[in-house]
Order: sequence, then C-alpha cells, then structure tokens
Amino acid sequence: MHGLPPHCKILATLGFVLAVVATPREQIWAFAAYALLLAGVAACARVPLGHVAKRVLIEVPFVGFAFLLPFLATGPRVEVLGLEMSQNGLWGAWNILAKGTLGVIASILLATTTDPRVLLLGVERLRVPPLLTQIATFMFRYGDVVVEEMRRMKTARAARGFEARDLRDARILARSLGALFLRCFERGERVHLAMLSRGYDGRMPVLLRADASGGQWAASAILPAAAAAVSLAAWMAQWTFL
Amino acid sequence: MDVSLEVSGLAYAYPDGTQALFGVDAVIGKGERVALLGPNGAGKTTFVLHLNGILHGGAGTVRVGGLPVDPRDKKALKEIRRRVGLVFQDPDDQLFMPTVREDVAFGPANLGVRGAELERRVAAALERVGMAHVADRAPQHLSFGQRRRVAVATVLAMEPEILVLDEPSSNLDPASRRELAEILLSLDVTVLMVTHDLPYAAQLCPRALILSGGVIAADGPTLGLLADEELMAAHRLELPYGFVVPQPS
Repeated sequence: MHGLPPHCKILATLGFVLAVVATPREQIWAFAAYALLLAGVAACARVPLGHVAKRVLIEVPFVGFAFLLPFLATGPRVEVLGLEMSQNGLWGAWNILAKGTLGVIASILLATTTDPRVLLLGVERLRVPPLLTQIATFMFRYGDVVVEEMRRMKTARAARGFEARDLRDARILARSLGALFLRCFERGERVHLAMLSRGYDGRMPVLLRADASGGQWAASAILPAAAAAVSLAAWMAQWTFL
Repeated sequence: MDVSLEVSGLAYAYPDGTQALFGVDAVIGKGERVALLGPNGAGKTTFVLHLNGILHGGAGTVRVGGLPVDPRDKKALKEIRRRVGLVFQDPDDQLFMPTVREDVAFGPANLGVRGAELERRVAAALERVGMAHVADRAPQHLSFGQRRRVAVATVLAMEPEILVLDEPSSNLDPASRRELAEILLSLDVTVLMVTHDLPYAAQLCPRALILSGGVIAADGPTLGLLADEELMAAHRLELPYGFVVPQPS
C-alpha cells in the first residue's frame, strides 16, 4: 500500500470516488459496502482508525449545509423525533453526508500512505500542467518559511504592546498581512533569480522517476473495481425495485 | 596566468535611472581567492548579478574563462551560468526544492546531466561541504549553518569555474562561520567573496577589491588594504572593535 506508485494510487482514489458518487442514494447497503472496502484498505495499510477519525473532522464546515437541508427542502414531509422534515431534504442530506465522508476518508488514506512530495510527483506523472505542480511544490517548500515570518511579525507586534482585541484592530492585522505579502513577493523574486543562476529555463528537471509495473497497476485497481461492482449492483437493485 | 574572470568598463543604470556601476575593471586569475569589499549601496550586488548575465544592458564586457557574457546567446548563457556559481545570501532563497538531494541536483540536471553521473555529482558536492548525511532531509529542517553549506554544494555540483559568494558569513554563529571558512579553504576553485566581514576576508582571501561609488577604488593584498586607515575611512570601511590586521608574513 505504502509502496505503490503515487499515480496509481491517485487514479484508484479517483475511480473509487466516482463509483461512490454514481451510486443511487436510496441503496443504503451499498454505502455500507464502500465503508467496509475503505476499512479493508486502512487495515492493509495499517492506518490507525483514530488517525482517520481525527482528520475526517475537516469536512464538518462543508457538510454543515447538509444538516439544514431536511428543514429547508420542499416536497412531502415526514416526522422525525417530533420534528417535521422534508423527505427529499433528508435524502439529500444523507446523500451529501455519506458520499462526502467516503470521499474524504479515501483522500485521507491516500494522503497518509503517500509522502506529499511523492504525491506531487504522481500528479505530475498524470500530465497535470507542470505550472500547477510547480506552484504546489513551492507551497510545500515555503509554507513553513512564510508561517515563521508571520510568527515573527506577530512577536514584533506583541513586543510593542499590540494585542488584537476587537474589530478595530483588524486594520493593523490587515497591514501586517500586506507587509507579509510584499515580503513573500520579494522572496519569490529572489528565488527566481537563484533558479535562473542555476540554469532554470522554465521547466523543472525530472529527477525522480516513478514507473508502475503491471502488478502494481493490478493491485491498485482492486479498490476502484470493487467499488464499481458495488455501484453496478446498487443500480441493478434500484431498477428491479422500481 | 589563466584568467577566470575578466570585467572591463562595466557600467549599469537601473531602469529607474539610478546609476549603480560607472565602469568597473577587474581581472581574477584561475585559483585566486578575492574579496569584494565596499560599503552598502556601492553596487556590489549589481556587479555580482552581471557576472552570470542576470543583469545586463549597460556598457562594458564580462568574460568568464574567456567566454563573453552575452544575454542574447541562450546557449552561451547556459554555459556562463554553469561557470559562475552564485551563492545567495539567504539560503532560503537558494534552496527551493523539497529535499537537499533534489536541490543539489537542480543545477546539473538543468545542464542535462542525468542518471549515475548526476548522483555522483550530488554526492561529491555534498561530501565537499560535509553535508552528505542530510541529503534526504528537507532544507527547512536544517540549521542555518547547514543550509548555508548546502547552498554552497548546490553550485559546486555544477563544477563552476568561479564561486561567487554573497555575504557567506552573515547570520552564522562563530563555529559555523569557522567551519564554512575551513570548507572554502579546502575547495580547489576560484572564489570571489562579497563581504562586510573584514576579518573573514583577511582570513580567506589574499587579494581584495574595494568597490565604492560604482568603480573599483582599490585592488591589492587584503592585509595591505585593511591596514591603510585613510583608504578604509574614505570608503566607509571599518574594522571591528579590537581587530588588529595581522602583519603579512
């Protein structure tokens, strides 16, 4: 799992998510099957459940809207726990929550088993425009530098007695942010000079090769293939049911 | 004597009209170690950026190992940038790749070096600055002194004709400063070192140039220049408190 080439893993995750999204929402058992598949992958990769659970929280702000759906949507109403809700809305909320969570968990598993640097290599391998991957690579490299700079500015503000109390202080924070932007911009220029000095001509040299063998492709096809089978079965069930 | 660097009549004005260089002449022989001294705003950085053709467009010529710097000739420019190894002041500007190994490989890979030869160059360059053990680390996880040494390795991997260092001792603690000096002394390469650290210049460079007001104001043995109080004062150069210029032996 950890050793599979990054581009295989990215494609496998994408395939899995597509299969999940294509599944009719009424077939609740199918989503249970997907969850089991992911649990299997996590077990294979020896990713602890707690690790996944902590990171799933990232989706909370995004699915907040889903909880409003049962109250806002129109159509036939049902009573749940003494509250009147829209049936359509309930299904809609379930749909977003289930598919969203499965997608997030799949991405977490991908991110946990793949070094960010290698992940970017995989993306590059999948012919994503090099400009985008270069930007991501630089973000990865300079994120810490910028955060450190921001922390120093905060210390400098605090050292002169500044403490953000209410909205009026936003003006000062905005100025700091502006200064930070300028510093980053200037650093960008200096980095570009350093790159030119070492013969950069617009293309990053490809230094690490990530080639996949047939066996590795086959191994990474297991998850999306299983998910596709579940999705297909769910559609069959849906049609016979109608 | 073989010549590494030959600059004649170099003049340059920035697009906003500020004239930074007023005709600089300098010749540096192969294997020499030369310090470039001068007050802030003397045009040192402008001068250095001309050596590999990043700045151009003014009067005069620069030749590196006999090859003229011509910004229109892309192929020659690539060779110029191989021959001139520029080490920038802030190693965070110089080290932009995710790992040390990739960063050191960046320069030679741009020159078309690949495979085993590339690995050999990376290993050799890191070995020369004593940083082979951090090859797989991320630059941001190294100490400042280590980053400075890796920055030197990134240009050594290009096997340059001349190593140009911008303030190599700045922000280093005394031990890192001494270690870097030992590394620089061990390298068999022409060095041009831009610095305000006069004792460092005295230790490392037998010869010094003083760039002041956009021209070379003095050129001679470093110890002789540093001992010339009148000359030093005229160009806003001062020795640190307590430092006594050693007598040339």
